[in-house]
Amino acid sequence: MKNKECVAMLLAGGQGTRLKSLTKKIAKPAVYFGGKYRIIDFPLSNCTNSGIDTVGVLTQYEPLILNNYIGIGSSWDLDRSFGGVSVLPPYMQAEGGGWYSGTANAIYRNIEFLDQYNPEHVLILSGDHIYKMDYNHMLEYHIAAEADATISVIEVPWSEASRFGIMNTNDEGRITEFDEKPEFPLSNLASMGVYIFKWDVLKRYLMEDEEKEGSSHDFGKDIIPALLNDRKKLNAYTFDGYWKDVGTVDSLWEANMDLLKEEPGLNLSDNKWRIYSKNPNQPAQYIAPCATVRNALINEGCRIYGTVDTSVIFYGVHAAQGSVIKDSVIMPNVKIGKNVKIHRAIISEGSVIEDNSVVGDSSPDSQITLVAEEGSVMASSYATIIK
Amino acid sequence: MDLIAGIINLDHEQDLLEELTYFRCGAAVPFAGRYRMIDFTISNMTNSRIESVAVFARRKYRSLMDHMEQGKSWDLDRKRGGLFILPPDWNDPTDLSRGDLQHFHNNIDFIRRTLADYIVVSGSQNICSIDYRDVLESHKESGADVTVVYKKVEELQPEHNLAHKLTIDDSGRVMAIHNDHQSNNVYMDMYIIERDYLNQLVENCIAHGCSHLFLDGIKGRLPDIHINAYEHEGSHALINSVESYYRNSRKLLNESEHDELFKEEFPVFTKVKNEAPSQYAYSSNVTNTLVANGCTLEGHVEDSILFRGVKIGKGAVIKNSIIMQRCEIEENAVLENVILDKDCSISSGRTLIGAPEKPFVVAKRKTM
Repeated sequence: MKNKECVAMLLAGGQGTRLKSLTKKIAKPAVYFGGKYRIIDFPLSNCTNSGIDTVGVLTQYEPLILNNYIGIGSSWDLDRSFGGVSVLPPYMQAEGGGWYSGTANAIYRNIEFLDQYNPEHVLILSGDHIYKMDYNHMLEYHIAAEADATISVIEVPWSEASRFGIMNTNDEGRITEFDEKPEFPLSNLASMGVYIFKWDVLKRYLMEDEEKEGSSHDFGKDIIPALLNDRKKLNAYTFDGYWKDVGTVDSLWEANMDLLKEEPGLNLSDNKWRIYSKNPNQPAQYIAPCATVRNALINEGCRIYGTVDTSVIFYGVHAAQGSVIKDSVIMPNVKIGKNVKIHRAIISEGSVIEDNSVVGDSSPDSQITLVAEEGSVMASSYATIIK
Repeated sequence: MDLIAGIINLDHEQDLLEELTYFRCGAAVPFAGRYRMIDFTISNMTNSRIESVAVFARRKYRSLMDHMEQGKSWDLDRKRGGLFILPPDWNDPTDLSRGDLQHFHNNIDFIRRTLADYIVVSGSQNICSIDYRDVLESHKESGADVTVVYKKVEELQPEHNLAHKLTIDDSGRVMAIHNDHQSNNVYMDMYIIERDYLNQLVENCIAHGCSHLFLDGIKGRLPDIHINAYEHEGSHALINSVESYYRNSRKLLNESEHDELFKEEFPVFTKVKNEAPSQYAYSSNVTNTLVANGCTLEGHVEDSILFRGVKIGKGAVIKNSIIMQRCEIEENAVLENVILDKDCSISSGRTLIGAPEKPFVVAKRKTM
């Protein structure tokens, strides 16, 4: 039987409620980032660049845009004859069915999908993070250590450690304890939500967990503790690079602003590690004689007649004369009228900002204003917005 | 709906763009920041629901093939039809054909096998946004044998010297095809014709020793043949010289000219490069410029066109220039009225200034 050494399973069913109205109609992995991308482009491109050509994408919440976006995976070179990308929504069976009740349950219900490829290892990913990572290095480490599971961790500032799932390890990097959001952390190694399991081990634990009364069928809460409990070999793989959870409006804004720093932690122009995305077929961007553009990322199809300062502008955005966009993220196809002022804001796809509107608060440390598609204004602002 | 197939005939297009066509054919010349000339012709076909396109290439087609791949970028990776790039490698010992009829003869299967009843034959030098379904409608209404597309230009430009012009009567019938500089009806090197009629025309032309399907087979049969003229409205550029390339490229900095070529419902497709958005530094000062993705801009740029992946260093000044893919302009270099072909680098402090009417052209991969 043909088999794959490693198959990736990407958990993309999350709602991302803390992103407020940005995720009203789309799943969190489909949220825009970096002038051109959606969050899911990062794990999918990482897979392609790491030589992992079989990816199951588990969808559940608002899957329309995500399904449409993924298509047959050709944007990420994942349209393969054996393997490639498969979208795996919850389904009904003869004896019933229902929604995925947790991350582990989502994988459990796709055991048959995985068994088709008879993989030795399974890589579990989430669609919530911005990072570039060679999963192949992690896989090599996992294989060399003969671990049952390897969890990718990143050092976070001690002050923030209590916000994360923290791994306590011994000198050899073996995980001794897992603390979900500990009040008094013993380590600052946070789980990145990237796991590699031996498939036969994971399969057994998924089946056992499914039978357990009161289990929430979650990797962090149930599967990992069960493995630790049985003294299985769990290793921590330390990742050293840019990694950002973009689960909130503020952190999404921050991650976009990170790209504009003098030495950005995330290099999007690395030819050896391209981040692929679906191509919107737009002409070159036009910067008008009356425009001023400074410290900005701008995508194709934009027309800038106003001032753009320290901002990230997605494709197809039109900014009219006299408009000022500062410290903001403007998502695709937004039309900005004359003399509009936008400060410290995220404007979501397709919004129309009428002439002379003022959006956001320019004082530093003020809350980030979110203008959602429906035209409602979040947080403090004095804008007139018409969709 | 009538099916249409497309033939892009590059056979007799001359490579007149000096340095830009030393190593590539005119159809493969980069244009408008992220396209190549042929993208406009193919996109017109794709947007007109043409799903079967043959490209008759004769010379310097390496970069053309590299660019087009399987036609996926134009949605031409089809099971039935799709894209066929057909360079010359013909080994039929009984072949009597000459000129571009060699292409029609040796690729006659494309014409015979297509499911389409009509075929659009076009060159690549006329840049425009046109719906061939409208041309077909005019063709069918007129009952003509062939319908040719023309542009009524306000003022003839030097590049129109090489183009044929049409004399048209009130009913829209072509009375004469000529090179008379008094006429401003410029033939756009595109026509639509019934498939079976084209097939006959090819056989007949070969039997009579012709060497140019359009000139001998169509123009040469006037007045016996009924040729209908379809007027193209909207922007049009004929590019067959460095001068016309430079002038028509910079015309796109005008918003209405740009919008007539790049219509939202009629997109222009090209090969995808997956470049990141362009990055403008604090020190950059960019005005009246078209910028493709993947650029890193730290200097001053005005009235110019920058292709994908261009780097402009601090203190560099670029004016009225066209800078192609992956060029690197180091700090404090000055470029004015310059066309840089792909992969050129200009070291710091250099100055290159061309004349406004005759830009200075730097060939691919040059370091200065």
